[in-house]
Amino acid sequence: MGKNIDRSQPLFQVEDLCQYFHVAKGKELKAVDHVNFSIYKGETLGLVGESGCGKSTTGRCLVKLYKPTAGKITYKGKDIFSYNKQEEKEFRKNVQMIFQNPHSSLNPRSTVKDIVGYGMKLHGLATDADMDQKVEEILKRVGLNRDHMSRFPHEFSGGQKQRIGIARALAVEPEFVICDEPISALDVSIQAQVLNMLKELQEEMGLTYLFIAHDLSVVKYISDRVIVMYLGTMVEFADAEELYENPLHPYTQVLLSSIPVADPKLVREKKRIMVKGEIPSPINPPDCCRFVERCPYATDECRSKLPELKEVQKGHYVACHRIK
Amino acid sequence: MAENILEIKNLQFSFHTYGGVVKSVRDVSFNVREGEILGIVGESGCGKSVTSQCILRLNPEPPGFFESGSIKYRGEEITTKTDKEMRKIRGVEIGFIFQDPMTSLNPTATIGKQIEEVFVGRKDISKKERKERALEILRLVGINEPERRYRQYPHELSGGMKQRVMIAIALVGKPSIIIADEPTTSLDVTIEAQILDLLKDLKEKLNTSIILITHDLGVIAKMCDRVLVMYGGKIVERGSVDEIFYETSHPYTAGLIQSIATLNTDKNQKLIPIDGTPPDLFAPPKGCPFSARCEFAMKICSEALPEEYVLSPEHTCSCWLRHPDAPKVNIMKRDTKEGS
Repeated sequence: MGKNIDRSQPLFQVEDLCQYFHVAKGKELKAVDHVNFSIYKGETLGLVGESGCGKSTTGRCLVKLYKPTAGKITYKGKDIFSYNKQEEKEFRKNVQMIFQNPHSSLNPRSTVKDIVGYGMKLHGLATDADMDQKVEEILKRVGLNRDHMSRFPHEFSGGQKQRIGIARALAVEPEFVICDEPISALDVSIQAQVLNMLKELQEEMGLTYLFIAHDLSVVKYISDRVIVMYLGTMVEFADAEELYENPLHPYTQVLLSSIPVADPKLVREKKRIMVKGEIPSPINPPDCCRFVERCPYATDECRSKLPELKEVQKGHYVACHRIK
Repeated sequence: MAENILEIKNLQFSFHTYGGVVKSVRDVSFNVREGEILGIVGESGCGKSVTSQCILRLNPEPPGFFESGSIKYRGEEITTKTDKEMRKIRGVEIGFIFQDPMTSLNPTATIGKQIEEVFVGRKDISKKERKERALEILRLVGINEPERRYRQYPHELSGGMKQRVMIAIALVGKPSIIIADEPTTSLDVTIEAQILDLLKDLKEKLNTSIILITHDLGVIAKMCDRVLVMYGGKIVERGSVDEIFYETSHPYTAGLIQSIATLNTDKNQKLIPIDGTPPDLFAPPKGCPFSARCEFAMKICSEALPEEYVLSPEHTCSCWLRHPDAPKVNIMKRDTKEGS
């Protein structure tokens, strides 16, 4: 693989991250609960899980959209909440985000040029004189052209809007991009276009991605390492190949066997693991394994103690009492 | 071979908009057989939902208007029926499961009331019987504590539960056909698997036919007996599920199959997207709707509509490449069947 991953020092280090929301008196929604991971320069870290598992909240904490309840996030060795004004500006430039819904994340009253160029102007990357040229360059990179500059978002299709969103994120020459379900609002034939483009841009610009999605096949395709989350906690963390070849946590196994495979013969042969019930509410969760109610292997130990994330093989972490 | 219970011929349906007339469904014909699951697959705007809603006359008219065609349910023409007669078909003969359970349930009515709504105007069923039927159907779709759920409101239920309620509503009138319009699109994968299993299970138990509309080829592969592939308001390919996946004949179907990332996709390999965007149905192209995006397009493709070539008793394909004089090309660029 032609990727340059620098494993000497993590770009992002997340330690014991907790993000709780007060929803009512005495009720606390634990969206993210004691999450630890690091992201290295040049890699793509996948974050998967079902709705309400805290994957988007984790992503938003990294761009300082939330102030975490507890825990520490360091970027290049420095706590992101200890910045002075200059460092803050630098951080905002280096860390960008691509949002899930291209239809609602672009200002309907701004032209494409304004949307893409605003960040450049703010960070002094372009002046009024060379703005047109700079915007054109970045639009070309995402497969749009000069004619699109003076148009408004409603004049574009979903796939094109997502390209504008990507152009906006990349315009300020970031180092790190959080892609929060960037393709789930797009049509199947357009998804592949955007995925290919994200991969190409990563190679060209040396970007690091945090790729958040609920589609496991897509995450496997694009990621180097993958985190599986369930109800605010990390349940498994491993290299993408390893995770899909050798899933250890019962929840990961269930997720993998639930994917609808576009191959009728394989479907007939495939053995499926089913789970009962649905995702419980993350409000005031029990102080034990979060998956216990749906887990086919649950024991008393699982009901009394929260399992810790342990390294079972090199680089493969699992939080389950069954795995010693 | 099982009998056809629904026959649709040359259906055309359009919408008036400020921009002109949108021809959403253009000359679509297909049959639904007893006890089968028929999949309709395509991207947004291909006309799959409008086609299915035509059957129950659920499209808003105006702005929509029925142009021509015939829909026969058990041999009886239903396009000429009055609205009053249609009400006897909706929910009783043909049920409908809507895409988004969060928005398609009435937030101000209890689950029980919404299920029993099917019986409104029926004098032969007593109140007690109605409730019994509702509870029975709730049990059938796997809802725990049906007595309690019966009195609850939609907001008290989770997404998967709501979709089960939607299925219950579709089933309570014991219809012979259920139309499921993207029944699992808004659900999480583990819940999706549960709902799909439930639908398949119910089909076996009640011997209903299901028309399953989806954009997800994975769902098609798992559920369907036969598949229609729609593009630009037309059916471009139809066949049994194996024929669609393993003897793919239309370049659009091939494009769809190859553009998705699966667990077996090699990371170093690029995905093969379909370039361009779907056609503008304000002014549908004169020729094949896919010609502008098709890399095998010939001169004739943009000039005239291809006829439907019959490849096997089930399998047909509307593509000029199937014409005897057309060059032979391999539309599958990557060998997805063997290896990997």
